Amino acid sequence: MMNLTIDNQEIEVEEGTTILEAARDNGIFIPTLCYHEALEPYAACRLCVVELEGKRDSRLVASCAYPCEEGAVVYTNSEIVRCSRRVTVELLMASGEHLPLVRALATELGVAEPRFRLPPDDCILCGLCVRACRDIVGVAAISLMNRGMEKKVGPPFEIASNACIECGTCVLICPTGALKLQDITKEQEDVHRWDSLFDHHSCHICGDHNLEPQFSVDYRSLLGEQPLDEEPSEG
Amino acid sequence: MEKMRTPAELEELRRLLSKEQDASQLCVTLCGGTGCRAYGSEGVLEALQGEIKAQAIENRVNLRMTGCHGFCERGPLVVIQPKEIFYHGVKVEDVPQIISETVVKGEIIDSLLYVDPSTGQKIACESEVPFYKKQRRLLLDMNGQIDPTSVTDYITLGGYGSLSKVLSQMTPEKVIAEVTRAKLRGRGGAGFPAGLKWRFTREASGDTKYVVCNADEGDPGAYMDRSIMEGNPHRVVEGMIIGGYAIGAHRGFVYIRNEYPLAVKHLGTAIAQARECGLLGKDILGSGFDFDVEIRLGAGAFVCGEETALMASIEGRTGEPRPRPPYPAQEGLWSQPTNINNVKSWANVPLIIEKGADWYAQIGTEGSKGTKIFSVVGKINNTGLVEVPMGATLRHIIFDIGGGIPNGKEFKAVQIGGPSGGCIPKEHLDTPIDYESLTELGAMMGSGGMVICDEDTCMVDLARYFMTFVQEESCGKCVPCRVGTKAMLETLARITKGEGRETDIDYLLELAEAIKGSSLCGLGQTAPNPVLSTLRYFRDEYETHIYEKRCPAKVCPDLITYEVIADLCTGCMVCARNCPTEAISGEKGTVHTIDQDLCVRCGLCKELCKFDAISVR
Amino acid sequence: MADFSVKVVDDILNGYRDGAEGSLIPVLGEIQDRYHYLPRDALILVSEWLGVPLSQVYSIATFYNAFSLKPQGRHLIHVCTGTACHVRGAAQVLDRLQRRLEIRPGETTPDGEFTLETVNCLGACALGPITVIDGEYFGQMAASRVDKLLKEFGMERAKA
Repeated sequence: MMNLTIDNQEIEVEEGTTILEAARDNGIFIPTLCYHEALEPYAACRLCVVELEGKRDSRLVASCAYPCEEGAVVYTNSEIVRCSRRVTVELLMASGEHLPLVRALATELGVAEPRFRLPPDDCILCGLCVRACRDIVGVAAISLMNRGMEKKVGPPFEIASNACIECGTCVLICPTGALKLQDITKEQEDVHRWDSLFDHHSCHICGDHNLEPQFSVDYRSLLGEQPLDEEPSEG
Repeated sequence: MEKMRTPAELEELRRLLSKEQDASQLCVTLCGGTGCRAYGSEGVLEALQGEIKAQAIENRVNLRMTGCHGFCERGPLVVIQPKEIFYHGVKVEDVPQIISETVVKGEIIDSLLYVDPSTGQKIACESEVPFYKKQRRLLLDMNGQIDPTSVTDYITLGGYGSLSKVLSQMTPEKVIAEVTRAKLRGRGGAGFPAGLKWRFTREASGDTKYVVCNADEGDPGAYMDRSIMEGNPHRVVEGMIIGGYAIGAHRGFVYIRNEYPLAVKHLGTAIAQARECGLLGKDILGSGFDFDVEIRLGAGAFVCGEETALMASIEGRTGEPRPRPPYPAQEGLWSQPTNINNVKSWANVPLIIEKGADWYAQIGTEGSKGTKIFSVVGKINNTGLVEVPMGATLRHIIFDIGGGIPNGKEFKAVQIGGPSGGCIPKEHLDTPIDYESLTELGAMMGSGGMVICDEDTCMVDLARYFMTFVQEESCGKCVPCRVGTKAMLETLARITKGEGRETDIDYLLELAEAIKGSSLCGLGQTAPNPVLSTLRYFRDEYETHIYEKRCPAKVCPDLITYEVIADLCTGCMVCARNCPTEAISGEKGTVHTIDQDLCVRCGLCKELCKFDAISVR
Repeated sequence: MADFSVKVVDDILNGYRDGAEGSLIPVLGEIQDRYHYLPRDALILVSEWLGVPLSQVYSIATFYNAFSLKPQGRHLIHVCTGTACHVRGAAQVLDRLQRRLEIRPGETTPDGEFTLETVNCLGACALGPITVIDGEYFGQMAASRVDKLLKEFGMERAKA
């Protein structure tokens, strides 16, 4: 067990607790976007930053990932924290002004208009869908491709994924509704963005544990070539 | 090459090699660094080989291609030992004369000698050349002396002696104590005390530990690490084995960028050779210590110079950094304790062990010990690698050693620390360089890249250039860096186009503060530095761009106009024929005119005009 | 690309029999060296062989500059846009190349002859601005030398 101070409140926590967890357990609210209890912290949205006092000066750290330390002094809503969050939200508004979630954050922090604009996009690149698909569901049907401003979410080659099992986890976990929830049955096309070619089986967390996805498309036959243990042909 | 099984065998080999190598024998050495090869030194090598054979003097003279000598402006460089006769700008045509006059007859060829611009004197001896004389070459010394693909060359000059000493006479704790006492600070840029990091990694819990060499030298304009990897790779390997021993790691990785093919090749050769003679592998020199090292290539991502992104890359993932803590010393590669250091940090280790911490700590300043290598590039006469003790002044490096600014131009600023650094104007030229002094001035030691700017450099354009770089290299994970630097770039772009607004400077400052404070990793946290430092020292240039829509340095294409000077124009039509948008009109023999609506400010006409009849304002 | 062969990729993968995730980037590097791009089918094979999800392989192929998903031209032009080359005028050289080839960095000419790329510092700053074509270094470049250089690599001058 260890002790630390958050917003002038003395708190006792277990080893290995993050500042965010400690705050939440004690009724202190810190906004988050890319955090989810069931996933490893990603620390990408930077909304959860808090002020951590150091020996000479203080710095901002992502509370979702920063571990509690004995004697730490943390401020979750100081002026420099609010300044930082305001700019972060303003930057999110550049392409996400139309999203209710982003507008709500903007209102709370007092950000009126973004001074910088980008084409509107429903996706805020929080990565929750990708991480859930990989770490909870375990099929990694989608991933983050490219880097920088070109970064986006999608299945490999941006065509139908043959690993997707249509469990809908990505849809449920998406905070902005970029992925829309609809009935997931094999009769419906375009159930969500990944356009799976896969015949519906339940996911391995809650379903009937049919772990091996049955590919409706055999990539090897697409190549027109023999499997690896037979004699390969050229071209 | 036989495997050496004891320190005594290594010493015996060294003794034999020293005996064999007659120091007084003639040896023609030729710089084989990437810079000189780009100048054509491989052709010179072939010519030398051919000429030596043709004159049948193979038994009288050795020929050796070495690593980068560092005086890159004057390549190809040929140095003839033992008298250190220094020839620069050597061409294939010069080779027959070099062989018949200097090698055979001992006569010096005046026309190939370096002339000291300040005295007008010709200098025959390499160590007398001011560029070298004023440096303190502890790390780069061997670059001019050994063939980097020869382990025996390295051993002859004392190589692996420190490893031998460590394995036979020192405990791991003693090694860490020595490196700590020497106050070696990480040469990658952040300057964290190496000994302390080694201790953390040693003390971390876990049976499997790793050491990593960060050779992803991504700062554009910096090539010190390349030069060491190409010219003296064994020294880095030796440093890593010593580090592995001290920390308790048995595996090492060198993460090296794929844009350095020659360095990759030479390092690979060095590793293979070290394995062959028992300096890597099991039970090194009979000590019971096992250690081996692997090369991992970068794949074109500047962000992979950041340690957590580097580790992700080795693990087979995209180079997205992760938050710290946990630090690599506690949880690094595959969650095991890992110590990551820069190439130059590892290269310093054998030196510290050989000469001792006290000797090392005498060099440099109180807070920053040892020497530092800078790549001095840009608007400078003597482009090259400069190694000086910490505490040397900028003036000394740029003017005394660097030879000042070419074409009689005025010095304006020196950019240090690459995209994470800042620029320093002339009022601070007498600042002694160390980690702290540079940070105070708004720059950063960084890896050591020093780009010299003169009166023709636009500082706003320079800031825009760095922000473009950051935008291309940002991994895109966190909002402040991905979107924030885009916002800054767009603002800078507008300013350079003459579309700046009154609120722009304050907006840039506000964004810079936020991005610095809240970005996930060092790339984002330091990305605003070039903008902040150019605003600090050259705010007037920004204001001129914004309020007067003018670029004082005449660089920003949208703010300049090219015009024909009627008095000088001969009507030769060269410019008109080459203009990409056919904006220049005029008959042969008559004064030409440039249509400003069609002109795209590419500058080609001015470049081509032999009569200097095109002006820019 | 018509010349993709399972056998070639198999051979490359055979060098990484004990490899898993950590071998991913080296394997892709070898395939890129061999084909000058990463054929889609090669990526699928790599994913199956190494047991790494295809989405991860694809992420890596798109994240790192060293990899290209599209076939590259016969001649690869790299313009160094490092800081030293920049202050010496690399932007003008790049601009001229873009105009003549009518492509932007990262693109290949429609006839498949030239691919234009920028690179951040080759470490040969004394010769800046530098352009490398097919591994050959051309130092002290200027916009006025571009046409002649392209001609050396087989490009005819476009009619005015």
